[in-house]
Amino acid sequence: MKKSLLARNNDLANTQRQIEILSNGIFKYELPTFANKIKETNQFPLHPNKLEILQLNLGYMCNQVCAHCHVDAGPDRKEIMTLETMNQCLEVIKKTGAHTLDLTGGAPEMNPNFRWFVEEASKVGVKDFIVRSNLTIIRANKKYYDLPEFFKKHNVHIVSSMPHWTRGKTDKQRGDGVFDKSIKALQMLNDVGYGMKDSSLTLDLVYNPSGAFLPGDQQALENDFKKALKEEFNIDFNKLFAITNLPISRFLDYLIASDNYEDYMFALVEAYNPLAVKNVMCTNTISVSWDGFLYDCDFNQMLNLKVNSTIKHISEYNEELLQNRDISINQHCYGCTAGAGSSCQGVVA
Amino acid sequence: MSKSYYDPADLRKFGKITEWSEELGNKFFDYYGKVFEEGALTAKEKSLIALAVAHTEHCPYCIDAYTKDGLQRGITKEEMMEAVHVGAAIKSGATLVMGVQMMNKVNKLEM
Repeated sequence: MKKSLLARNNDLANTQRQIEILSNGIFKYELPTFANKIKETNQFPLHPNKLEILQLNLGYMCNQVCAHCHVDAGPDRKEIMTLETMNQCLEVIKKTGAHTLDLTGGAPEMNPNFRWFVEEASKVGVKDFIVRSNLTIIRANKKYYDLPEFFKKHNVHIVSSMPHWTRGKTDKQRGDGVFDKSIKALQMLNDVGYGMKDSSLTLDLVYNPSGAFLPGDQQALENDFKKALKEEFNIDFNKLFAITNLPISRFLDYLIASDNYEDYMFALVEAYNPLAVKNVMCTNTISVSWDGFLYDCDFNQMLNLKVNSTIKHISEYNEELLQNRDISINQHCYGCTAGAGSSCQGVVA
Repeated sequence: MSKSYYDPADLRKFGKITEWSEELGNKFFDYYGKVFEEGALTAKEKSLIALAVAHTEHCPYCIDAYTKDGLQRGITKEEMMEAVHVGAAIKSGATLVMGVQMMNKVNKLEM
């Protein structure tokens, strides 16, 4: 299995280096910076709208090492949210105005206190309780085989990555054997009622392009996924979210190594859609890292761009003060405003 | 720096053709956009036809554009290659069917 950028001592494990790359080169002489672009439509500085989603990253440890991972997650990553930070998060969940709680990672299930946290958080009664499961974790070890039942018990909304309905494309992005394990896991989720017609248990899939190109039409992709997965594997799911790969971390490394970086950035800028800016997820989300720091989104978290606020940590959380901040932006933000836009919930425009 | 008649970066400038003939350029792009919308054929089918024609027309810009377009639509490489074979088959068939003209001529001229 491949290692994370961090374990390989790759230059891009340094977030400052990533920001240098994104801030210079073609953005010095050929393309407008994201800040200048949103100034054209008087949308700078970007401010939050109403908070809707609280996204918690339970740790960067993962059983997979996906080629495009913006978290640089993998088995060698040891950053894990502690019980103390989880308790601080629970206090915030009790008082937040957000209607959605979104747990992500790494593989959030690998956090040793994951089940306890889900049980406690589900007692609070948020409207939509999401766990982003990579699917293969359900088949990784016997101790995870009952996860579908556990998710069902707590009425968790499952969102899982699936880059294609073919084995070759999926395994190329996510690792050898991932497709077969994912199919098995999806069938296990269907067996307990997830994604089935007339069931209240929601199973959504996330599509990320497996290369240096943007996602196509979300609805058309969903139709193709539904047809192929039903016909070949008798799998049902609810919605497909098409998410653009942002040029950071491992995907940035891939873009540079494959000499696709400039073309990709041109494609993002060319597809810029000012209407998507209004609904980018940083305007309705707070992202909390494994160590409790606060970010405008998961991508800013991975670039270590903390919120522009006096409130920096979950232990000092104050929703009202946080709402007054300017959102941190850089050229990676073009990834969320290309075409129909992109967010953890799919298209936004 | 090497020079070439085709620069892949020129594809990004395609829209600039309107600058020297705005009305005709706009009419072309309106038409072009309309052609590729969902219709009696799906947008995916149209993308594969465009890819095949791009090859038969030997248009490097079009090959780049419709390969990427196909990937964005989730079209597999096997589907793309089959489309290219359709183009190749028509090209070779179009060549070979001319052989009938050659045969006709030979039959007319020979005793």
